[in-house]
Amino acid sequence: MTATSAPARAVPDSDTPSAAPAGGRARRLLPFSAWHLALAPLALLFAIPLVWLLLSSVMSDAEINRFPPALWPSHIDLSGYRYVLGNAMFPRWFANSLIVSVSAVASNLVFGALGGYAFARMRFAGSRILLVTMLATMAIPFQLTMIPTFLVMKRLGLIDSLGALIVPSLVTPFAVFLLRQFFLSLPRELEEAAWIDGCSRLRVLWSVVLPLSRPALSTVAVLTFLSTWNDLTWPLIAINHDVHYTLQLGLTTFQGQHHTKWSAVMAGNVVTVLPVLLAFLGAQKSFIQSITSSGLKG
Amino acid sequence: MPRLPTPLTLPAGAPTDAELRRARRRRRRSESTAAWAFVMPSVLVILGLSVLPVIWSLLLSFQADDLVTPSRWVGLQNYHALSQDPNFRQAVRNTLIYTALYVPLSMALGLVLALALNRRIRLVGLYRTLIFVPFVISATAQGVLFSFILDPEFGAANSVLHALHIPAQGFLTDPGQALYVLVAISLWSGTGFCLVVYLAALQDVPPELLEAGRLDGAGRRHLLRHVVLPTLTPVNVFLLVWQVIESLQVFDLVYVTTKGGPLGSTTVIVYFIWEMAFQNFTAGYGAAAAYVLAVALLVLAAGTRLLRRRGTDRLEGATR
Repeated sequence: MTATSAPARAVPDSDTPSAAPAGGRARRLLPFSAWHLALAPLALLFAIPLVWLLLSSVMSDAEINRFPPALWPSHIDLSGYRYVLGNAMFPRWFANSLIVSVSAVASNLVFGALGGYAFARMRFAGSRILLVTMLATMAIPFQLTMIPTFLVMKRLGLIDSLGALIVPSLVTPFAVFLLRQFFLSLPRELEEAAWIDGCSRLRVLWSVVLPLSRPALSTVAVLTFLSTWNDLTWPLIAINHDVHYTLQLGLTTFQGQHHTKWSAVMAGNVVTVLPVLLAFLGAQKSFIQSITSSGLKG
Repeated sequence: MPRLPTPLTLPAGAPTDAELRRARRRRRRSESTAAWAFVMPSVLVILGLSVLPVIWSLLLSFQADDLVTPSRWVGLQNYHALSQDPNFRQAVRNTLIYTALYVPLSMALGLVLALALNRRIRLVGLYRTLIFVPFVISATAQGVLFSFILDPEFGAANSVLHALHIPAQGFLTDPGQALYVLVAISLWSGTGFCLVVYLAALQDVPPELLEAGRLDGAGRRHLLRHVVLPTLTPVNVFLLVWQVIESLQVFDLVYVTTKGGPLGSTTVIVYFIWEMAFQNFTAGYGAAAAYVLAVALLVLAAGTRLLRRRGTDRLEGATR
């Protein structure tokens, strides 16, 4: 850790111009920083596709299919949304995605915490070899395992059901390992005090360790949610029947079938990205921290 | 944990050596049992759906298998056929072009933006958010959105070009453009990731180093070259590996936008694997292709391990 409150350090969220900006003397004379001239157009370039997504979802098809298409809706037309939400499948796909993602998050937290705690604090036969094996499996690309995983799921009779989507994401080595690392960084004394008071291991984990592990738990939750909600490859392989589609899979096929009804396709697209977008905007700090921290741990 | 030495002398009335040992064994056994219960779910899922499939994949790659009827053992024929397969060669080439463009561009753009945003000006948070947001959007949604924007007839992109008196483009329908368009879409969503990683690393550049440099009369450019950039080395290595692994495995975006077309111009390795295994029902052949990809990734990871060991020390505090 570096010094926590160094004055020279830029705080990305801070909106206050500092008295001594890092390396700018003449810059203070301008009413606004010259940086905006370069940054604003770039940031806009990143924002435009998403703005267009929202705009086109509330346009009428007539306006979209004109050439050139209208750049701004003349009125808010919700027919695309009506079409999508009236289509019995979309709400169902939404529910499927939610079931799969939420159960993946919950089970990764539970099993990741249990496994991580055992590896961090308990001695048992075979722990080293198990840990090394788990670490090694983190390096296995999904493409290598997807064909046999399909075969395993088929043997279990889960193919073409939500079970096929839930089981492979029950717990990832990433969750176990990340939580183990975090538990190792906690001071032992706290747990030992509880030990001496005669608490069981589960009790110690639940009431001493987990409350202190919020940052690591939220990292696991965020990344698990993001990857399961956004996944297309595995549902594409494991699901045939549209009743069990996730939103991503549903959106793809929907686009294939209705590619002339762009307003409906875009409305469906908004529905697909909205949960992730809202989660991100609501918890931006922890999102970005999760992504950078997990990343930089290498 | 070393075993505690047993005391040699014991006060009268205390349990004997043997009893103590037994008690310790009992305690350890109960701990072992509990621990096994804790790790069992993870072990089952991870061994059952990682270790077992890796071995199974290897066996599959020596077989002709259509996922339905019993398979035949064909030895190295799949691998031999792969080396002769022009479609596989094209998939490898496409993947490498995509990687060679996307990785350096996303990193360079991310670094430049991070350096620009690592200062105290208004709206930094807003800029960062706008650039990062596309990263959380699924490849599926990106693909659907850009199929719409880049639609040759109805798309907004061509109408903008029309207004600028530039002839309409085929974009994803043009074999000469499609792969580059996919790189551009990936840059739109992937640059934000590089940006936030670089920003986090820049926050960790020790201020006293910058201060010392300034006192020595170093200019901004000097500070950047000799203080800031060297401290970013571990982050560069991490991002390089991460982005390369990501781009060698690109699939969802390709599936949604072009299905590998037009004329195979965007068929990437994973698309090839998926097509072979789940469209053509040649699972053994697909598994062989997957093994080729996995070995390439492994060599890459091992190579950077070595580099890292030779490289500078890890940045302190970079793990926050």
